[in-house]
Amino acid sequence: MVEVNLHGRQPQTVISLRHVEELHEWSYRQTQQTVTIGSAVPYSVMETGKIAELVPALAQAARTVGSPQIRAAGTLGGNLGTCSPAGDSLPVLSALNAVIHLIGPQGTRDVAWGEFMLGVKKNALGSGEFVHSITVPVIQGWQGYAKVGTRNAMVIATASACLVRDTEEGLISIALGSVGPTIIRCSQAEKWLRKTNSLRAGAQINADLAVEFGRRVSDEATPIDDHRSTAAYRRHCVAILAQRLLVRSLA
Amino acid sequence: MTTTHPTNTSTRAGTLGTNAYRPDGVAKVQGGFAFSSDMWSENMLWGATLRSPHPYAKIISIDDSAALAIDGVECVVTAQDVPGNPYYGLIMSDQPVFAAIGDTVRYCGEPIAAVAADHPETCKRALAAIKVVYEILTPVTNPQDCVSGIAPQIHPQGNVYRHQRIITGDQSIVGDVIVEGTYEIGMQDQAFLGLESALAIPDSGGEGLELYVATQWLHEDRKQIAACLNIPEDKIRLVLGGVGGAFGAREDISLQVHTCLLALKSGRPVRISYGREESFYGHVHRHPATIWMRHHADRNGKILKIESTMLFDGGAYCSTSPAVLINAITHTQGPYKCDTASVEGWAVRTNNPPCGAMRGFGVVQACFAHESQMEKLSVALGLSPVEIRLRNVMETGDRLITGQIMDSVAPVEQCIRETDAIAMPEPLLPNADIRQIPGGTGLTAQPGNIVRGVGWGVSMKNLMYSEGFDDYSTARCRMTDGVVSLKFATSEVGQGFTMLAQQIARTILGVNEVLLDTIDTQVGSAGSTSASRQTWMSGGAVKAACEKVLEDLFDHAALTFELSRDHVRIEETDIVDILSGRRIAVSEASKGVNLDRTEEYHHPPTEDLDENGQGNCHVAFAFVAHRAVVDVDVELGLVKVVQIATAQDVGRILNPISVQGQVEGGIAQGLGLAVMEEIIVKDGKVRNPSFTDYLLPTFLDAPLVEMVLIEEFEPKSPLGAKGVGEPPCISVTPAIANAIRNATGRELPRVPIRPYDICL
Repeated sequence: MVEVNLHGRQPQTVISLRHVEELHEWSYRQTQQTVTIGSAVPYSVMETGKIAELVPALAQAARTVGSPQIRAAGTLGGNLGTCSPAGDSLPVLSALNAVIHLIGPQGTRDVAWGEFMLGVKKNALGSGEFVHSITVPVIQGWQGYAKVGTRNAMVIATASACLVRDTEEGLISIALGSVGPTIIRCSQAEKWLRKTNSLRAGAQINADLAVEFGRRVSDEATPIDDHRSTAAYRRHCVAILAQRLLVRSLA
Repeated sequence: MTTTHPTNTSTRAGTLGTNAYRPDGVAKVQGGFAFSSDMWSENMLWGATLRSPHPYAKIISIDDSAALAIDGVECVVTAQDVPGNPYYGLIMSDQPVFAAIGDTVRYCGEPIAAVAADHPETCKRALAAIKVVYEILTPVTNPQDCVSGIAPQIHPQGNVYRHQRIITGDQSIVGDVIVEGTYEIGMQDQAFLGLESALAIPDSGGEGLELYVATQWLHEDRKQIAACLNIPEDKIRLVLGGVGGAFGAREDISLQVHTCLLALKSGRPVRISYGREESFYGHVHRHPATIWMRHHADRNGKILKIESTMLFDGGAYCSTSPAVLINAITHTQGPYKCDTASVEGWAVRTNNPPCGAMRGFGVVQACFAHESQMEKLSVALGLSPVEIRLRNVMETGDRLITGQIMDSVAPVEQCIRETDAIAMPEPLLPNADIRQIPGGTGLTAQPGNIVRGVGWGVSMKNLMYSEGFDDYSTARCRMTDGVVSLKFATSEVGQGFTMLAQQIARTILGVNEVLLDTIDTQVGSAGSTSASRQTWMSGGAVKAACEKVLEDLFDHAALTFELSRDHVRIEETDIVDILSGRRIAVSEASKGVNLDRTEEYHHPPTEDLDENGQGNCHVAFAFVAHRAVVDVDVELGLVKVVQIATAQDVGRILNPISVQGQVEGGIAQGLGLAVMEEIIVKDGKVRNPSFTDYLLPTFLDAPLVEMVLIEEFEPKSPLGAKGVGEPPCISVTPAIANAIRNATGRELPRVPIRPYDICL
């Protein structure tokens, strides 16, 4: 609708999904330790309450979306459909290895996050397909999201990051927003961190290691200069965010 | 909020000095107020404007045939449909109503044609169907090229709007301490919320028309419209449409002539309403400026000499650039004594967006430079920011660098001392709410990442128009049966003049009910709602008209009720004969009479500057001090302004809550310029014409404001009050910049300060 209202797009047909109830629902499967969120569940529902308990990073990302009015209307379906690298929720979906459930004329299919976002505003949605729901795991460990913008609320991300520390698996995953054509999953930095053996239970994080982690994360970013900021600042931001999130995850 | 020396004695509801209710307040809060974009007329067409996508290009041809063939399109107007003056402008008539074939467009967004159609969507299609062939030219985008003369002339009237110097005192003086810097101020937008909108209704006879428009100065608009339409002014009636903010952006003509042309050509009412993006192209902005300053001081910190050069980019058309420049250079010294100065200023034409009036009008730019310099002086001399300023404060009777004697109340020292006495905010606690921390809900920082800084800014601002301009105001007051009605052409842009006018009439005439006639051109000019002038000027006119009516009422009452004419006065709502003690209610005394007076108020005349920048060019001045406390995430360059402490010189307080509103709003606007608000122009094109990317402070960005109002009756002012609109937004910007400098140790010579200026 932003495209229609602001950018003069004139679609031939608009189908409203407002009254498709199942898209507005979400569920927690205790046995599988997953949360499945309908594509029309608004961010205001994710900000607080049970979803926030189960997937805190998603709640944190949801809280940074626009104004209260926008959070009452905006959804994961919208973020996924638009697939902007600045989509606030997307680094969370990436770091959590979310699965996107699509529905279309050919039936339903599940797409792993890694295959969903293909480029700036490009995704794996086929003709006639739409996002039905999103499944993310409930992680034992720490997860957090951070977003840099030029004002303290209601702002498009200059750079963002989500870090998830899965203590059961002994893994850390980190994904970045607004610093490349897609959400960037920093698999090299993740691998390096694993090798340092600093993630074992009870390990103390030292400051140098966090700085080095931040540097390695920022090496994987491919930011650009535009009217919102500069590539150099964006790269700097993700280094600092990664460093701070890592320290927080081990605190 | 606290005040010093309160002068208010009346307590009757709605009189001067009280928090009177605004006549438009309830409707605005409840959503019932009709803004200009809500206007509608039977049989109305919609208008829209075709704009150039190029900053500089020659128009080879315009073909509107495909547009006219679209069902629902009523007419198209271009330059060849302008019957009168093809140009308009506030100071220089240099801006085309539409860029003509064979001529050039000079900025990206310049109007080329307008269409009228049955629906806004039809208008969009029609605009897309107009074929314009351009020969693209290389734009002049660096204002320095216009000073050095290497830029090609892009307008027959030249590339320099004004060049003026100020030379005074012994130029051979060299200070013990010398500090200098080159400062840059970005292009700020007024960003009013009520977008440009106008409704033109042609007279049935076809000769004249009525235009409902949100503007700052109805009569000036009418003068320019009449010249372009080649219609006598008395055939055009302008009525103020509901105005949702102005801040200088409604001084210039935007859609007025276009709307009238479409209405006259179609013979039907036409409304044009801009959207947010078009608004960025439709009005002038604050001048981006580059200012070099060098201060010489003695060992004790006394300023001995100031040298400065100022370059203001006026963009493609003149607007008020010459006046903005003069305001800037004449405020080089700020609110400080200085006998010797050498200042040179330029305002030039480029192919960037046109710039003109915005709250602070040139003084914002000069103040950012001089207050940055005061910070440097304080560091160089090892004096506190307060001490260096106190050692230089201006006082009434001082001679300015223009040779003008400061004859306004000038409580600069008191502004600084009262601000300094305001308690500092609490330190940032380890468990602080995330919304109090830089980066806010982005969760970027924890309190341990934050460094706190404190900075100061103090400013002087002229009030009213300058340099020989007689910006008088007119008001009409009528009284019948105890009810007063007022008429004036003063634009109510949200500042609250309509409320103030009622307060004046209630106080002077002893009535409670004051009706307000339509704000239109059926009465004399009120001048512009700008330059912090309407309380003084239109307030002066309303006061004068009310006082004349009061004299007439006393004459009548003295005869009718046998009162002693020389000993009557108003007490509350009665006429009292202080000899006999008799009281007659005003409502009784005015029964059956019809008193009617129209008065003008003129401020004392001012002069042009001579070639050395000498002359009594300003009417009066107001002062303010700001102290900013900021928290900075030094690693990420994010800032939260924690508190602004301020003491402002306001003259007599006529409506405390309105003054408070102006102070808080101005501070938010100055904060915007300090850390986020900038129209980003690259290669002559605006890159962020939306509220997604042109960032205004939100409630979370707005600081806690602690204010003291310095209340001292200004004898030159008709009501004893000073204009309070502009001062709050001026020195708050350098105060915040100085606080960030204090926290980071960086020079930060440019506003808005971007995060990467702090951390990279």
